[in-house]
Amino acid sequence: MLPTMVLLPICMVFALPLLAKFANQAIGWIAFLIPLGLFVKYLSYLPEVSRGEVIYTEIPWVSNLGIDLAFRLDGLSLLFALLITGIGTMVVLYSIFYLRPHKDFFHGFLPQRVERLGNFYVFLFVFMGAMLGVVTADNLIILYIFWELTSTSSFLLIGYWFDKDASRYGAQRALFVTIIGGLALLVGFILLGQAADTFSISQILAHPEQIKNAPLYPVIAILIMIGAFAKSAQVPFHIWLPTAMEAPTPISCYLHSATMVKAGIFLLARLTPVLGNSHLWQGTIVIVGISSLLFGSFMALRKTDLKAILAYSTISQLGLIVCLVGIGTKAALLAAMFHLFNHSAFKGSLFLMTGIVDHQTDTRDIAFVSGLGKVMPVTAGIAFIGSLSMAGLPPFSGFLSKELFITSVAEAGQEGLSFFGSFTVVLTIVAVIASLFTFVYSLTIFGKAFTGKLKSPGEHPPHEASPGLLIPACALVLFNVVVAIFPNVFGRVLIAPAAETIAGVPVESHIAFWHGFNLPLLLTLIIFAGGAILFANAERFKPFILRLKSPIGAEKAYEWAVPRIYNTSGRVTDFYMRGSLRNYTALTMLAFILLTALPLTIYSLWGNLSFDNLAPVTILEIVMVLVAMTCAFAVTRFRRPLFAVLSLGGVGATVSFFFVVFRAPDLALTQLLVEICSTVLFLMALRMMPERMDPNPPTRPIRRKLNAIVSISLGALVAFLSYWGHSNKSFSPISWFYSENSYTRGGGHNVVNVTLIDFRGLDTMGEITVLSIATVGVLMLVNLVPKERSLLRPTHKHGKLPLSTNNVILYTTLQTLALIILVTSLFIFWKGHNAPGGGFIAGLMFSGAVLLIYLVRGRLFRGQIDVNYKMLLPIGLSFAVGCGLGGVFFGEAFLSHTFGYFHVPFFGEIELATATIFDFGVFLVVIGTVLSIVTNIGKGQEDL
Amino acid sequence: MELIIAILIGFLFAAGAYLILERRLLRVVMGASLMSHGVLLFLITAGSLKRGLAPILVEGGEEYVDAVPQALILTAIVISFATTAFSLVLAYKIYHRGGKDDLEKLRGEVDAHDEHRNE
Repeated sequence: MLPTMVLLPICMVFALPLLAKFANQAIGWIAFLIPLGLFVKYLSYLPEVSRGEVIYTEIPWVSNLGIDLAFRLDGLSLLFALLITGIGTMVVLYSIFYLRPHKDFFHGFLPQRVERLGNFYVFLFVFMGAMLGVVTADNLIILYIFWELTSTSSFLLIGYWFDKDASRYGAQRALFVTIIGGLALLVGFILLGQAADTFSISQILAHPEQIKNAPLYPVIAILIMIGAFAKSAQVPFHIWLPTAMEAPTPISCYLHSATMVKAGIFLLARLTPVLGNSHLWQGTIVIVGISSLLFGSFMALRKTDLKAILAYSTISQLGLIVCLVGIGTKAALLAAMFHLFNHSAFKGSLFLMTGIVDHQTDTRDIAFVSGLGKVMPVTAGIAFIGSLSMAGLPPFSGFLSKELFITSVAEAGQEGLSFFGSFTVVLTIVAVIASLFTFVYSLTIFGKAFTGKLKSPGEHPPHEASPGLLIPACALVLFNVVVAIFPNVFGRVLIAPAAETIAGVPVESHIAFWHGFNLPLLLTLIIFAGGAILFANAERFKPFILRLKSPIGAEKAYEWAVPRIYNTSGRVTDFYMRGSLRNYTALTMLAFILLTALPLTIYSLWGNLSFDNLAPVTILEIVMVLVAMTCAFAVTRFRRPLFAVLSLGGVGATVSFFFVVFRAPDLALTQLLVEICSTVLFLMALRMMPERMDPNPPTRPIRRKLNAIVSISLGALVAFLSYWGHSNKSFSPISWFYSENSYTRGGGHNVVNVTLIDFRGLDTMGEITVLSIATVGVLMLVNLVPKERSLLRPTHKHGKLPLSTNNVILYTTLQTLALIILVTSLFIFWKGHNAPGGGFIAGLMFSGAVLLIYLVRGRLFRGQIDVNYKMLLPIGLSFAVGCGLGGVFFGEAFLSHTFGYFHVPFFGEIELATATIFDFGVFLVVIGTVLSIVTNIGKGQEDL
Repeated sequence: MELIIAILIGFLFAAGAYLILERRLLRVVMGASLMSHGVLLFLITAGSLKRGLAPILVEGGEEYVDAVPQALILTAIVISFATTAFSLVLAYKIYHRGGKDDLEKLRGEVDAHDEHRNE
C-alpha cells in the first residue's frame, strides 16, 4: 500500500492535464479529493504506528545494485506524511479560490490573468508524491530520487508565473542551491551505502556502529549535512528561500514553509541514530541551527513585505528545530518534533492569511496597509492567533514548544552538549535574543496590518474574503488552540512516536504550561518583557536595525559567482566550439585516431601481425580492388557531380562483386539493388543542387593538406585495424550456432535469412523501425515549406521530368521487364528461407521494378496508380509485431516462430513458417521506404 | 586476400573522410556513402573470408562461411540507404532554405551562452 500511496499523486500527473481540459475550473475540486483521501488513509495507520510498529513494503527493482522500492512508515514518517497530506488538502482547497479569476474584485491596473490550472496541479501533485516518497522511502537511492524530484517541482512551482523576471530568477536560484545540496547528498549517500554495504535504511539503522567506525565517517556526515541544510534553507544556504517567495502564496505556504523545507530536518532526524551522537554531527548542526535562528529572526525584523517576513521567519524557525535535533536529548527531540508540528500550523495559517490580504488589498507590504481588523475580522482573528503562537505567547501551542526549546537549550550543558562546556551559555543567550526578535516581528505582523487606522492602496475598500479562502486558514490556525488544550493527546499519539524513532528509546510526552519557577521561566519572562519594550519602541530601533550591513555574505557570494560561472563556461565552450562543423568533424576523427593509436602504442600491439593463413587471391580480385580504388579516388576528384555520383555507383558495384567472391549471395544481391536505388536518388537530388561541385570560394591549400593528412591517417589506421583484427582473434566465432540450428530449429536452409527473421528477429524489428523513422524524416523534410520561394528554382536547365518517354521500344521493353521483375521479386521472397532472397531483397527488387515503371511513364504514373506508399510502413510494422505477438499468444517468447511442412497437390511438399509473416512485414517496410523516398524526392522536383 | 581488402578498406575510409571534410554538403553525403562501403567490407573481413561454402545449407556441406557478419551487413546496407536518402534530402533542403551549400557558412547565429553573457 505504501508505494501506491506515494505513486498515486505522481500518476495523477497523466490524468490532470486531460481533466484540466474538460473540467476547467472544477479541476481543483477533483484534485482536492486526492490529498484528502491520502490523509485519511495515513491517519488509519496512526494506532499501529503509535504503538511503535513499523509498516514495511518492498518491491524488488534493481536488486543487483541494492536499489529496491522499499518503503517504511514509522513514527517519524507518519508525522511528516500527515503534515504533507493534511496541509496539502488545505492548500489545494485554498488554491481553488486563490487562483480563480477574480469575480468580486476588479483589478484596476492588472489584466485578468487566466491561470494554467492544469500545470499548477500537475506540479503540485508531483511535489506531493515526491515528498511522500522522501519521508517513507527505505532506500537511500530511492530517497535521493524523490528528494531531487521535490527540488524540481519546487523549481517549476516558483517559476509558475514564468512571465515575471523575479519568478524565473527565484526559481533558478532555488534550483541551483538545492541541486548543489542534492549532489553533495548523493555522494554522501553513496559513501554511506558503501560503508554500510547496503542502501537499505532499515539495515543501516540496525547497525549504526558500522558507520561510526568507518574511516569516511566525517566525509559522509558533512556531505549529508550540506544536503539537509541546503534543503532546509539553513545559513549559509538560506539565500534561495526569500527569492522563492515569488511562487503563488499557497505554494509558499505548502512547499517553502510547511513541508519541503522540512525535508532537510527529516533527513537529519532520520539519520541521527546512525550519524549522530558525535561531536562533529551535533556541534555542526547546533551551530548552523542557532545561527539560522538568530539571522532569520533579525532579517525578519527589517522586512515590511509580509511574505519576506514569513520567509526569514521560516529560516529562523527551521534553525530552531535543527538546533533541537542537534542537541539530541530525548526532551530536545520531543521539542523538535512538537515545534515542527506547531510551526506548520501557525506558519501555514499565517501564509494563507498573507495570501488573503494580498488577494483583497493587492499588497502585502505592511508599510502600505493597516487597520484591516475592522473590515476583515476573520482574517484578523487568524493573524492574531498565528502571530501570538509564533511569538511564543500563551495560551497557544507555540508557547508550549518554545518553552521546551528554551528548556532544552538551557539544559544542554548538562545533557546532550556537555562537550560544549561553557559555550552552552552563549547558546542560551543567542536563543533568548533570537526569541526576542521573533516576539517583535510576530507582533508586528498583526499589529501593523490589522490594528490602527484603515489604510489600503486599492481603489475599493477591502472587505472580508470568501469562505473558500478563510476555511483552510481557519482550519490550520485552530490547531494552535486545540493542541494547546490537549498537548499530551497529540504528544502521545503523534509527537512522541516520531521522537522515539529518532532517539531509539521510549520518549514520554509531558507537555504542560506550568513547570514551576525555574530558569526557563525566567528566560521566557525576559523575552516577553524585552520583546514588549522593543515592540513599543520599534520606530526608534528601526534605523539602527536597517543600518547594519555585513561586508560579506552568502547573498553577495552568490551574486558574485553566478555570472562568473556563466562567463567562464561560455569562454571554455567558445574555445573549442567555433561554429565550424568541419572542424568538429576533423576533431572527432583526430580523437578517434588518437584514442585508438594510444592503447596500441602503450601495449605495443602494432607489431602483432601475422601474414600466414590468408585467403587466396586471384588476379581478377586484385583488378577489382584497383577498380574500386580508382572509382573512390575519382569521387574525390571529379568536379562535376554527375561523374562523382557515377563513380560512387562504381564503388558500390565493386563492393557487391566482393560479396560474390566472399560467398555472400544475399549481400551481393542487396548491395547491387541498393546501389541502383541510391544512384537514382543521388541523381534526383543533383537536380536540386548547384551544378559545379568546385568549392567556391575554394578551401585554402593548407586546410586541404591538413584534411588530406587527417583522412589518410584515418584510412591507414582503419586498414591496420582490419588486418590486425584478422591476425588477432581472441574468441572463437559464434556462427556455428546459426549454421547448426538454422534448419533444425528455424526450418530454413538460408542461414542469413533465418538469422535475420528468426534467431535475431528482434534486431531486424529494430532495423525496420529505423527504416520507417528515416522515411518519416525524409517525408517531413520534403514537405517543409521553404522560407523564400524564390530560392526554390532548379539551379540549371535540365527540363522537367518528361510526361512520359516517347521512345516506344524503351517503353515496351522496360514495362515488360518491370513486370517480370515484379513477379521474380515475389518468387525470391517466397524462396528466401532456403535460397538467397527474403524480405529485404524482394522488397528492393519490387521497388526497383516500380521505379522502372515510374521512369518510363514519368509523371503520368502517379496519376494512374496513386498509392500512398508511406502507409506500407505501419502496415509492415504491424505484420512484424503481430507475428511476434502471435508467439506470445501461444505462451512463447515474443517473436518465437514455428514451421511445418504441408503437402499441397500439384506443388508437392511446401514449407510454411510463421517467420514468413515476419519477413512479409520486412518486405512491406522496405518497399514503403524506398518508394516513398524516391517518389517524394521526385514530387519536390515537379512542384518547381 | 585479407591484406588487399584491408588496403581497400583503408582507401575507402581515407577517401570518405576527405570528402566529409569538404565544404560542399553533397560531397559530405558522398563521403559518408564511401565510408559506409568501407564499413561493410570491414565487417565481412572480420568473419572468415572464403573459408567454406556460402551459408545456404546443402546436403553433405561441412563448412560454411561466417553467416553472422552477413546478417549484420544486410541490414546495414538497407539502413545506410535510408540514412543516405535522409542526408541527401537534408542537404538540398538546407541549400534551398538558406541558399547555401557551404558548411563554412552554415553557422548558428547566436549561441545560447552568448545570450546569457549579454544579460
